[in-house]
Amino acid sequence: MPINYYIFLSIALFCIGIVGVLTRRNAIIIFMCIELMLNAVNLLLVAFSKMHHATALAADTATTAGTDGQLFVFFIMVVAAAEVSVGLAIIVMMYRNIHSVDVNFLNRLKH
Amino acid sequence: MNVTQILFWFLSVLALFSALMVITSKNPVHSVLWLIATFFAISGHYIMLNAQFLAIVNIIVYAGAIMVLFLFVIMLMNLNKSIEPQKSKWLKLAGAVAGGCLLLVFVAALKDSEVHLQSAEVNTGDIGLISNLGKALFSTYVVPFEISSILFLSAMVGAVVIGKKE
Repeated sequence: MPINYYIFLSIALFCIGIVGVLTRRNAIIIFMCIELMLNAVNLLLVAFSKMHHATALAADTATTAGTDGQLFVFFIMVVAAAEVSVGLAIIVMMYRNIHSVDVNFLNRLKH
Repeated sequence: MNVTQILFWFLSVLALFSALMVITSKNPVHSVLWLIATFFAISGHYIMLNAQFLAIVNIIVYAGAIMVLFLFVIMLMNLNKSIEPQKSKWLKLAGAVAGGCLLLVFVAALKDSEVHLQSAEVNTGDIGLISNLGKALFSTYVVPFEISSILFLSAMVGAVVIGKKE
């Protein structure tokens, strides 16, 4: 597939995530939209790694170029899993304190 | 139009539609279910790009573990449609316009770039198989791998400390 299809698909998914972060007030939905943006970037990294492999294959048939990109995606998934556990713990603590997941209640820094 | 192209368009439309449903559903449980559908569509893309290890990891870690965690938290808080906080109509419109402008800028910047003469190989190439990725992971990237285990340990301790009462 041409690489620009993957680029535009990832851009569209990323922008949907951004619109979700900007238009919703529920903290959990905002968190899910961040996961969506991470996945859009992962998809583009995998597509680019396959593109890099295709160009390197022309010079050398036994190349392993492109492995780095896929391992980078793997590490992004690892970090995202750790981030989700801490983030959801923070949201649970916030719910325990203010009995809501509305991010507009958390404006004490504004005043 | 061959099978690969049909699959690509089907998975892309599925991913975009489910992503739109994530941000438009009123009920948070429906949002989680649509996000799982998005992750499955992205895993389908990974399989099409012959990145089978990442496809499996995506399904196990994201659609399996992380989304179950989200569902648990939502059901623990008993969130539903009636107490779902809503922004005002104008703020929603402003957010959508801002996101649309970003989309426009990205598309305009990348429309005529040099890179789109190239293509990603689908259905071929063995760099995404577990044996190749495992060799690279445990030789070149063994130090980041061990550091990520420390990250997991600290995240686990952090989640317990934050989550416990007082």
